[in-house]
Amino acid sequence: LRVFSVVLHTVTLIPGDGIGPELANHVCELFRFCCVPVDFEVVNVDSSMDSEEDINNAIMAIRRNGVALKGNIETNHNLPPSYKSRNNLLRTTLDLYANVMHCQSLPGVRTRHRNIDVMIIRENTEGEYSSLEHESVPGVVECLKIITKTKSLRIADYAFRTARAKGRGRVTAVHKANIMKLGDGLFLECCKEVASGYPDITFDSMIVDNTTMQLVSRPQQFDVMVMPNLYGNVVSNVCAGLVGGPGLVPGANYGEDYAVFETGTRNTGKSIANQNTANPTAMLLASCLLLDHLRLHAYARMIRRAILSTVTETRLHTADLGGQGSTSEVVRSVMKAVQSTGPLTLSI
Amino acid sequence: YVSFLWSYTKKCVIIILSLNVMFLYSASQIQTVTLIPGDGIGPEISTAVMEIFDAAKAPIQWEERNVTAIQGPGGKWMIPPDAKESMDRNKIGLKGPLKTPIAAGHPSMNLLLRKTFDLYANVRPCVSIEGYKTPYTDVDLVTIRENTEGEYSGIEHLIVDGVVQSIKLITEQASQRIAEYAFEYARNNQRASVTAVHKANIMRMSDGLFLRKCREAAEKHKDVKFTEMYLDTVCLNMVQDPTQFDVLVMPNLYGDILSDLCAGLIGGLGVTPSGNIGANGVAIFESVHGTAPDIAGKDMANPTALLLSAVMMLRHMGLHGHAKKIETACFDIIRDKKVLTKDLGGNSKCSEFTKAICQRVRDLD
Repeated sequence: LRVFSVVLHTVTLIPGDGIGPELANHVCELFRFCCVPVDFEVVNVDSSMDSEEDINNAIMAIRRNGVALKGNIETNHNLPPSYKSRNNLLRTTLDLYANVMHCQSLPGVRTRHRNIDVMIIRENTEGEYSSLEHESVPGVVECLKIITKTKSLRIADYAFRTARAKGRGRVTAVHKANIMKLGDGLFLECCKEVASGYPDITFDSMIVDNTTMQLVSRPQQFDVMVMPNLYGNVVSNVCAGLVGGPGLVPGANYGEDYAVFETGTRNTGKSIANQNTANPTAMLLASCLLLDHLRLHAYARMIRRAILSTVTETRLHTADLGGQGSTSEVVRSVMKAVQSTGPLTLSI
Repeated sequence: YVSFLWSYTKKCVIIILSLNVMFLYSASQIQTVTLIPGDGIGPEISTAVMEIFDAAKAPIQWEERNVTAIQGPGGKWMIPPDAKESMDRNKIGLKGPLKTPIAAGHPSMNLLLRKTFDLYANVRPCVSIEGYKTPYTDVDLVTIRENTEGEYSGIEHLIVDGVVQSIKLITEQASQRIAEYAFEYARNNQRASVTAVHKANIMRMSDGLFLRKCREAAEKHKDVKFTEMYLDTVCLNMVQDPTQFDVLVMPNLYGDILSDLCAGLIGGLGVTPSGNIGANGVAIFESVHGTAPDIAGKDMANPTALLLSAVMMLRHMGLHGHAKKIETACFDIIRDKKVLTKDLGGNSKCSEFTKAICQRVRDLD
């Protein structure tokens, strides 16, 4: 008599705003279909509320479960500074210090550049996102960018460890140390220090404005890139655009103890919400990253393969890829592709 | 009836005479422009521009000046007084690349120039060059970058060992000035819209202030469309479809990054013009590439960036006819692909490229 025991993972699910809720539903739908042993604990965050109660509940849930899948929570930037970005609060409170985005050219998606394979590792908790601002004199605002040795060493180490683990040969630090000599200078020093401990990996650096210029002319030259928060924001959006847009690239936020998965470019997609036109690929691929994190590799592989075969099918491309397919058509196609891989879906 | 005819004839004669005087006045009005050749390839590309302007019979007289940093009384670094005097007098300048020596003890020359003339707006029109292919066609946008404050305030502190604080300064005054300049530029150059680029979701107070000033300027220029967009969204959309953008206005750092990104779209710094607008009517146009010491003096340099900046200068001065002529000649030669410098994919010398443009300019007359 063999007893099969299934570990059921509880994962916090924060639908967010805009296209978030519909994409979250599709993930649930797909997981149910594939019999993935994940139980989603849905925590809603109402971005229109002044109080931080909702986001604190979400943070507590993530502390409990250790892992989350999240949609973007809208920030009304016309509200006073006391209303902080909920997304940023979540990242900094849980100390999700590494934002990782793997941008790869996908077959079947037409872009101006081919053969892009860049891994962007962005410091996710300090830098320009420290939310420290004050108006010292009326009409004069100071915004503080904080760079610390600890966090810079930490993210640099994460970058090199990841490069080694994934068999990638080169890490490029992106900075503006010629202007911000102390701040970005410190970041660069930390990267150099960590690099010396990884002689098998080539290390170089590039100034951020030159980096964006290089990215739009020859993005194939980049391998792994590590950088402080704001440049990470710029570079990851440029790279996502180069491989086909916000609908395709998943993103991951890793901390010492927690991990939160989302779409790479963190858009709410307000203008296309509830129209069944959003591209679910990025969110579905994010859920595969989640499965890998939970060591449910077989499920991750199966679903990822199905997603990639679907995205190759130009007839199913959503509007962002120049097609007329609907979100539900794409999800249905993924499910069909999963089903065709055989009995794995029906086991357990 | 005779007296009516006589007064009518008098009026006609006066109008015709004054028109002639105006025509003669503008045609013979030679304007003096301060020329800073710069370092490295600077002198040779400046010579190229002067030759082309000569061939185009542009009413420009060049006054060459050098800008090596000197220390004034009290130890304060400044540009040579004769350079300052020339620029203050002429108001318009053309500048080649300046080298920034490390550990020379003085700030970068570009920074000194910026501070001396309060060059608050950096304007970079990025237009796809027909004949110089990049993956992006039909780019036609302008980035207007606040150039005096923001993240480049240079104020940094070591709080405790291992903790650095860099200060980004946004002031109401500078934001208002750049916002108004952006709308004026849009109006004067028949551009339909201005987009403010910001990250006010994260930097609520600073970018929020910048955004407010842009909105206020928009109110005063209702004929120009105004939109706001997050920096990351601009980057995301720019690399997918740059044709959706027109005039972009933003604080210093975002401007630095975006203007270089846009230069990359059309082919790089070797073909991108740039202008710096200062207070008191001063405007310095410059090529933004480096000094290229490895090819300096070898007649290999590409003068396109400096030439297009000079064309931008002519437009700023109202000399649209000459601007168009020189620009057309330059684009024609690039499109013909017969005589191109190495960076443009050919193997001609700088002097050959220049001569080809001069010939085309003369042919266009």
